[in-house]
Amino acid sequence: MSTRSAIAMGCSAGGLLALERVLPGLDPRLPVPVVICCHTGSPDVSLLVELLQHHCPLPVAEARERAAIDPGTVYVAPTGYHLLVESDAHFSLNVDAKVAYSRPSIDVLFETAAAAWQGGLVAVLMTGANSDGAHGLKAVRDAGGYAVIQDPSSAEVDVMPLAGLEVAGADACLPLDAIAAELNRLCMS
Amino acid sequence: MDVEDIEIQLFVRAMQLRHGHDFSEYAPASLKRRVQQLVRTHDTGTIIELVNRILHEDDFLPRVIEGLSVPVSEMFRDPAVFRALRDKVLPVLASYPEINIWQAGCAHGQEVYSLAILLEEAGLYERSRIYATDFNDAALAMATEGIYATRDAREWSRNYIEAGGAHSFSDYYSARYDFIKLDQRLRRNVTFFNHNLVTDEVFCEAHLILCRNVLIYFSNALQDRTLGLFRDSLVRGGVLCLGTRENIDFSPAAAGFADIDGALRIYQVGGSGARPLRK
Repeated sequence: MSTRSAIAMGCSAGGLLALERVLPGLDPRLPVPVVICCHTGSPDVSLLVELLQHHCPLPVAEARERAAIDPGTVYVAPTGYHLLVESDAHFSLNVDAKVAYSRPSIDVLFETAAAAWQGGLVAVLMTGANSDGAHGLKAVRDAGGYAVIQDPSSAEVDVMPLAGLEVAGADACLPLDAIAAELNRLCMS
Repeated sequence: MDVEDIEIQLFVRAMQLRHGHDFSEYAPASLKRRVQQLVRTHDTGTIIELVNRILHEDDFLPRVIEGLSVPVSEMFRDPAVFRALRDKVLPVLASYPEINIWQAGCAHGQEVYSLAILLEEAGLYERSRIYATDFNDAALAMATEGIYATRDAREWSRNYIEAGGAHSFSDYYSARYDFIKLDQRLRRNVTFFNHNLVTDEVFCEAHLILCRNVLIYFSNALQDRTLGLFRDSLVRGGVLCLGTRENIDFSPAAAGFADIDGALRIYQVGGSGARPLRK
């Protein structure tokens, strides 16, 4: 039985296309929640939720504050708020200042998820044009979690994965099409 | 238990015992990040050294309070909300001879001035009184001044138009170099004062309460207490407006509210259709 308890994913520029290629490969019986922070310009995240649902065998929903984080569900951070994980596996939101020019910020999600899930967390950093997520990924590894970074050469924009490799390093650095299988292996075996 | 989590608890206890400020019912993850930010801002190295300064330096408290309050906002933030206030809520308020509005957690005042403009344009300002409260004195002082960075004004102007503004946003401020100053006539019926939602009680009979993105920092228990406070303050039929991503489904006190526009988190006290409780 796997000791993994959650997956957190972060991406920015090119992120939508990347998610559309990773999510279809997830095992429909995945026994952990998947929490996604994807920077989008859109004022409402419901469109993104709808789009991703077409590509995902698991139910996709907007992360709601105070709601319990259920296994087997893919959650997307709402626009304009930081998404945080509380240690009792509930979501919370805040409107604190932007982190790495971003709100929601991948750093905020990764750091709070690392504090909540410790070594049970698998964090994935993918394509993007800024360095948000790199420090968060370091917090994940410091807490004993497992870090996956998209191979920069397979990323639409390589700034984010390169920053992640430089600041945090990775337990696995994989091309886009190998990420889903790695997540299934980590959480199902 | 994680050492840093122990330090956070000591921080909360020190604020309580030394200054009477209770942060024990704040949502833990956000509180922790803000305390960590305080450590960086004041370069104390550790939380325990921050606690040391809180205990021994009398003039340090305001700076801690500033770091723990919610100063981020903009004018006409979420324009759809202000449009709904204009179209759905002001017509209700218009039926009262006097209109009391409580802006709870007004921070730097952007929403207070937004609301004042809305009331002016609806011809309701003269009979309105806005009570704008916050627990952060420094924020209240800034809100009273109504001075903001010019670079923000462009986006606020877009928001104003999207919110259905009848004039030009620039009619309401004078610009000087890098700053704009809101027309001070907009605050002739505004009273700014210190009120702490955690410890203070109801102080007026309100027809409308705006409290956007404040309760998201509170635990379920404190959110429920505060919603109860709002319900007690509002007249029957009074309106409550929260932030667009707030979730009141876990609060027993929310049972007293019915949706005016649920998606925009605009509610009305009493009447039929009060919210069912969901777990």
